[in-house]
Amino acid sequence: MKRLWAQSLAVALVMAAGVATMLIGLGAYYSLSETRTAYYDRTQFADVFAFAVRAPKSTAAEIRQINGVAQVETRIVKAALLDIEGFELPATGYFISLPASGENTLNRLHLRSGRLPGPGSLREVAVSESFAQAHGLQIGSTLDAVLNGAKRRLTITAVVLSAEFIYALGPGDMMPDDRRFGIIWMREPALAGAFDLEGAYNSVTLRLLKNAVMEDVFQSLDNILERYGGEGAYGREDQLSHAFLDAELQQLSAMSRILPPVFLIVTAFLINMVLARLISLEREQVGLLKAIGYRPTEIAVHYAKLVLLISCMGIGIGFAAGTWLSHGLTVLYTKFFHFPYQIFVASPKLYVVAAFVSFAAALFGSMRAVAGAAALSPAIAMQPPAPPSYKRFWSGRLQPLKHLSQLTIMVLRHILRWPVRSMLTTLGISLAIALLVSSLFSVGAINYMIDVTFDRTDRQDASFAFGEARPAQALQDIARLPGVLVAEPYYNAVAKLSNGHHAKRVAILGKPEAMDLSRVLDLELKPVALPASGLVLSEALAKKLHIERGDTVHAEFLGGNRIEADIPVVDIIQSYVGLMAFMDMKALNRLLRQGPRISGVNMLLDPAQSDAFFAAVREQPALSALALQRVSLAKFQETIAENIHIQIAVYCGLATIIAFGVVYNSARIQFAERARELASLRVLGFTEYEVSRLLLLEFALLTLAAVPVGWLAGYGLAFALVQGFQSDLYRLPFIMLRSTYAYSALIVMVAVALSALIVRRRVTSLDLVSVLKTRD
Amino acid sequence: MTVTVFSGRGLTKTYRSGEVEVHALRGADIDLYEGEIAVLLGPSGSGKSTLLNILGGLDRATTGTVRFRDHDLTNASERELTQYRREHVGFVFQFYNLIPSLTARENVALVTEISSNPMDPEKALGLVGLAHRLDHFPSQLSGGEQQRVAIARAIAKRPDVLLCDEPTGALDSKIGVLVLEALDHVNQTLGTTTAIITHNAAIQSMAHRVFNFGDGRIISTHANETRQNPSEINW
Ligand SMILES: Nc1ncnc2c1ncn2[C@@H]1O[C@H](COP(=O)(O)OP(=O)(O)OP(=O)(O)O)[C@@H](O)[C@H]1O
Ligand SMILES: [Mg+2]
Repeated sequence: MKRLWAQSLAVALVMAAGVATMLIGLGAYYSLSETRTAYYDRTQFADVFAFAVRAPKSTAAEIRQINGVAQVETRIVKAALLDIEGFELPATGYFISLPASGENTLNRLHLRSGRLPGPGSLREVAVSESFAQAHGLQIGSTLDAVLNGAKRRLTITAVVLSAEFIYALGPGDMMPDDRRFGIIWMREPALAGAFDLEGAYNSVTLRLLKNAVMEDVFQSLDNILERYGGEGAYGREDQLSHAFLDAELQQLSAMSRILPPVFLIVTAFLINMVLARLISLEREQVGLLKAIGYRPTEIAVHYAKLVLLISCMGIGIGFAAGTWLSHGLTVLYTKFFHFPYQIFVASPKLYVVAAFVSFAAALFGSMRAVAGAAALSPAIAMQPPAPPSYKRFWSGRLQPLKHLSQLTIMVLRHILRWPVRSMLTTLGISLAIALLVSSLFSVGAINYMIDVTFDRTDRQDASFAFGEARPAQALQDIARLPGVLVAEPYYNAVAKLSNGHHAKRVAILGKPEAMDLSRVLDLELKPVALPASGLVLSEALAKKLHIERGDTVHAEFLGGNRIEADIPVVDIIQSYVGLMAFMDMKALNRLLRQGPRISGVNMLLDPAQSDAFFAAVREQPALSALALQRVSLAKFQETIAENIHIQIAVYCGLATIIAFGVVYNSARIQFAERARELASLRVLGFTEYEVSRLLLLEFALLTLAAVPVGWLAGYGLAFALVQGFQSDLYRLPFIMLRSTYAYSALIVMVAVALSALIVRRRVTSLDLVSVLKTRD
Repeated sequence: MTVTVFSGRGLTKTYRSGEVEVHALRGADIDLYEGEIAVLLGPSGSGKSTLLNILGGLDRATTGTVRFRDHDLTNASERELTQYRREHVGFVFQFYNLIPSLTARENVALVTEISSNPMDPEKALGLVGLAHRLDHFPSQLSGGEQQRVAIARAIAKRPDVLLCDEPTGALDSKIGVLVLEALDHVNQTLGTTTAIITHNAAIQSMAHRVFNFGDGRIISTHANETRQNPSEINW
């Protein structure tokens, strides 16, 4: 047992990787989803959300009558620019009304500190915790907001959390930026006064009964809000924060389906290899034990103990590593996901499950070898195993073989003599490579996505969104602001697109004919001009609706005149973010039977005048949200850079563990089996270097064979991950860089070389005299 | 005229395992002459193998000096010993130590590839009477055949000395004689200095000189007036 400890440890490490990835993947999955559910329940998170332009409060009673509706809450939700002392950029505030007094019934706030704004107070607010922390705002701090054109100084009375904003993404951002996006709750009379919404609301949220039929509720709600500019009801899956958490959960589950099985399969293989070797070494003892009357089960139990020992080591290390990494993940999650309570990544139950599954894998791997030992007949067991017989590979004296040295022939014959072991070793190494390919590729893929999204598609520095669509002349006001080099308008209209029973609620983005900042790219990433009429859909949306170029899609515009139309899909284009539908802006306005209107403006800014620009922005009454694409990109890249290094380190570690586990074990076994052969060679006058080369050459060949297999498997694995990671919010392009392949192979080669070199050192300490004294 | 190939003086070898010291050699002096067949006889544990391994550069003496021609092996490095074995020494062991993955021919070729003036593997195998077994793997050969392949492998590089540790130990007398004949044949045709360790007193009759071991020393040496042909040996 003692001489096996290093090998056992190598196996245990692979197993530990399986245990740890299971703990982290499944642990994060379950705790995230369970924590979310608990949070939702406790704060009465709504099931249905809808916006309108201005709906009278009297309609609330009507909504309450809808079949399946349990609770209704109307409110005012508006975006407005914020001015924070000591922060040069304007931030966007998302203002949500609290009832005139007391608490909300739905989407209740979780109070972190302070008290809710006083009943009827016009200046007191509650702010989201992440925003408060980003600016060091405390109870009693003040900030300025431009509410519907009027500047107002607000006083913070509470720091809060909301289940609606577990993931708080500002308008136009790719990554949460807590400095530039805050959620602010005010008493309803204050907001109603500021936005001329007395006796009215522009947002309604519902909680449904268990038996409610979503589609019917949407329909009824839309019918009621139709007259008041309703923009269409949607459920949780289209609620931004919820959808992002869903995307994260989806990724976690994809990871947990792939990683732990890989490690556990390799563990089973290694245990089989180590045990088979041990048993063949100990066949004499086994024979003796059986001869003196030990039962097969007792023999089996003896070896099962080794499996148990390895498993305990593996599970122990896996628990420790899993717990430690889970803690890291918890820290990461608290950065992005705002929950009122700590997310405990792995539950005790999961530890039990992980241990059980891993142990089962180990037992499975040991079954064949142990059964073989138990079945050994005493007589046969006492004889030495038959000498290995070799064959010439192909009967003839092939010409190329003449040029091979005898040492090389030895290597080749040995590989072919143990084809299953060679193949499994190759497979193990290739899994390590595959793992790296599937992880490293995301670096290239993300860079590609950034390039496509920010450098080729949305090239604006910033964009404004108006609170409500405005006449086209509003563009001039923006273009005139200091520092604006180019201003390009857009108009968007929310619509439900459907094709048969496939339907999706999206914003159709109208763009001007001469668009140059925010462009539309075709599948080959060439800019396309939008057709004079008809729609252009992103590939992901087209797939979702089962639509191809040339088909017609039915559009129900929500809000405004509630136009319905069948629109031809003229083109399908590329986009990695969101589900996109584009139309020429004039055509869109014409379709909606309205004069030229715009929803916002994309801009190119002169960096030299940014101070003047920001100062002017703060005085603009009509602007409610400012997106700073370049700032957002920087934030995005910074976050990615931080996380990608961790990810790469983890995956390199995991791949190294596999490569080491496989190569170290098979090298040790090889070395033990071939000690006599190697000693003979040394006696014959072969140098240490030549003898080691024999050993290393075998692994070099197996590794070489593993590289293409690993690349292929990695390609498949990455493809599966890309599919698994797809969500309505974003998609990772499936881009494989040559450097990804190169690095993956290189890292694993280094790991293989190091593992083999550790064993190679034994060649030096080979005791020639004693090896030759014994019979095989 | 006799040329001394090996000369060992005052060789001792002490194995220490924990508290226990084993004196495998206690001051052995030995000279081997060029072209002779020397047989080393002695009881088990008397240090024969130890001495042979020291002469062959597989092991080092604790004290004393060993010279091979003009090489001083006493203080040679591991690298120098390897080089020495590669160029000058052929070994034959009781357990043949063939490479199982190589055929008879390839086992011999293994050595000829790394020596400067080898004979053809086929010729070496012919010398030991195995010209018809070139392409057999060790697992397909009998013990005697395997041992003769081992001899062919040892002599194919035309070594200066051939060191054999109980070459017939695992073989019955009829097969053993074939092996001895092969050794004798090699000695006669190539003039290779040959040392043979054996337990079998009958074998001493084929030697030019016989060394008697006892308790880590060489107790007596004598030269045979007349040598017997191996084929006449019987045990
Ligand atoms: N590696 C070792 N460690 C400890 N003692 C050893 C070692 N090798 C040999 N010996 C001891 O040295 C002594 C001489 O051993 P050696 O093998 O030279 O004897 P031998 O004359 O060849 O015996 P045999 O005829 O049985 O082969 C023996 O007592 C043996 O036990
Ligand atoms: Mg001996």
